[in-house]
Amino acid sequence: MILLFILGLLLMAALISALPLGRRVAPAVTVATCVAVLVLTVAAALRVVAGESVVTIRNWIAIDGLSALILLLVATVGSTAALFSWGYIAREKSSRHLRRYYANYNLFVFAMLSVPMLDEPNLVWTGVELTTILSVYLVAFENTGEALEAAWKYSVLTIMGGAIALLGFLALYAATRGRYAEGAYTWRTLIVLAPGVSPRVLETAFVLILVGFGAKAGLVPLHTWLPDAHSQAPSPICALLSGIKTTVILYVILRLIPVLNSSGKIDVDEWAMVVGLFSVGIAAFLIIQVTDYKRLFAFSTVEHMGIILTAAGIGGAAGHYGAVYQILNHTLTKSFCFFAAGATLLAVDTRQIADVRGLIRTSPPAGVALLFGGIAIAGAPPLAVFLSEFSILRSGIAKQHYVATALLAGFVIVAFFGILYHLNRMVFGQPDPAIESAAPIRLPVSCVLTLILAAAPIIILGVYMPEPLHKLLLMAADGLTR
Amino acid sequence: MANSNALLTSLNGLAAGLFLMSSFGLAATRQMQGCLRFYITQSICLVVSALLLGLGLHAPDLLAVAVLDAVVKPIVIPVLLRRTVPEAVFRRREIAQVLNIPSSLLIALALTLLAYFLSGYLPPATGSLASINLPVGLAGLFIGVYTLTVRREAVPQLIGIFGIENGALLCGFAIASGLPLVIEMAFPFDMLIIALVIGILTRMTHERVGTTEVGGFTSLREGIGK
Repeated sequence: MILLFILGLLLMAALISALPLGRRVAPAVTVATCVAVLVLTVAAALRVVAGESVVTIRNWIAIDGLSALILLLVATVGSTAALFSWGYIAREKSSRHLRRYYANYNLFVFAMLSVPMLDEPNLVWTGVELTTILSVYLVAFENTGEALEAAWKYSVLTIMGGAIALLGFLALYAATRGRYAEGAYTWRTLIVLAPGVSPRVLETAFVLILVGFGAKAGLVPLHTWLPDAHSQAPSPICALLSGIKTTVILYVILRLIPVLNSSGKIDVDEWAMVVGLFSVGIAAFLIIQVTDYKRLFAFSTVEHMGIILTAAGIGGAAGHYGAVYQILNHTLTKSFCFFAAGATLLAVDTRQIADVRGLIRTSPPAGVALLFGGIAIAGAPPLAVFLSEFSILRSGIAKQHYVATALLAGFVIVAFFGILYHLNRMVFGQPDPAIESAAPIRLPVSCVLTLILAAAPIIILGVYMPEPLHKLLLMAADGLTR
Repeated sequence: MANSNALLTSLNGLAAGLFLMSSFGLAATRQMQGCLRFYITQSICLVVSALLLGLGLHAPDLLAVAVLDAVVKPIVIPVLLRRTVPEAVFRRREIAQVLNIPSSLLIALALTLLAYFLSGYLPPATGSLASINLPVGLAGLFIGVYTLTVRREAVPQLIGIFGIENGALLCGFAIASGLPLVIEMAFPFDMLIIALVIGILTRMTHERVGTTEVGGFTSLREGIGK
């Protein structure tokens, strides 16, 4: 019941946000709902960890370890981004736009939560389509020429991807039809029935879904919309898009890995590693030549999607653990990075790296946050991303994928220096005298609060992993294995 | 029985043939109105094929889908587009395209041949009645992707997406009959929201930027030359 309750809460919040009840109601309702949803998902995840089965409607709505992890992450970023929106979106003068923003925000989170909850693959496709369609307006929210251009590229490329993936899902359904009990078509059924399906059909379906949803997850070469959309949207939306939406889509692709592995005749690991490494490599070199700091973080998302897919391809218990560990750390860190970028944008009012110098002096909170975010996402020890990247590299060596591991390590190092080179110039250096003499800019309280709340888990997970979370990660990794 | 089945098969072949023709039309026509009309024709062919398959394979779910699609695809979506997208956009006659018409038709032809070869990689169709749907649907999908890539205008790009979806569904009807009704209903509903959202986006773009020639949007680019 708990899962339906979560979805119902968000729909109700969307409805209330849309009503004209004053400027404060919609943000307050959204934050309260998202926090309530977070509490409920923690409860659901704890039940999964305790070994109980969380099934709301058998064969339709249920969660296991892997989906509980994704659910938890959506709820976490949903809450922090809602809090950040409070101060960030308050600049918008039109109350009507404000209400539309929050109504759409709730619906977007609703759609993202529905994807891991659904157990029927064809319905999952519908959920994924909803996440795309419901976020188009959020990307275009600023209503500038650039934002509309970004929203346009985003919607056209990702909806095209969705239509291609649809054929893949229908092919999967057709290939296994009639060999399970009535109405029992689930992810689990697919894994069980995969050995009896013609490998050629299975591989075609997988490639269609990989291409289609790869476009939505930002995998190279269909990543071109991603830096546009993830830089032009309002920063809290960027945090949702980059931090968790891409991951939710990648989750669907990852779900197919055990299916193809159980067939035993297709080398899905190679597919995952090649596509993953390609994304990491291209993104690492694109990071070096960016001129806009939000695009910098967007390219880093492409890089991390590639890292996760590569880790899933390396395989084995260690590789799969690395993949889900990286999912956790990337989501927490990348959402923080976009909050930091949003704070910087509020402070300096430009997206150009070249126009920002000495941020640490003109706006200390934004400067510190940006530096911390950069170091954390680049993968510096002892922060969380370093640990997961290290565990992936170690599993690669253990599985004797030497070339892949060496390439991955090389690309990660290139990206590391690329990110820190740009951020170093922004945070330190000599600020423009005109800006320095002006009064320091005050960030909205909710933004500073979000920065503190979002930074905490990144630091804590670097040194301490709570036992239930560790167990959840093990269960999630297990979901990729069999 | 055998006679009626042969009739259904040839009628379905006719629907599939017209479907393919209208896919070619989508890729090649230069008028905004024509583009929309080809989409409507294509959708009607899709509905007819679903009806025939539903009759021939005794699949009531396909009949239900056909009725639903008959309302949504050729009627509601065009009306919706007409209402959300500014009239000025629809009056354009010469819509810009990266490649000219003869090359577009040749490429569409090549894609159709490719689709015939690749359709063997999909699960087999249920019965010989539906087998024509596989290559034609796949060709519709490919030509839709091609249309989307070469068009520079907002609405024809959107119609390209619908072409992809129609192609995927034409294949889907042939291989995956018997989907739960909930899911079958989700597909047209999904198309409806897409039309609504992109229609509004087109209107916003028209109001803000003054043009819907999205192919000319290049302000977001990387580094060098910026």
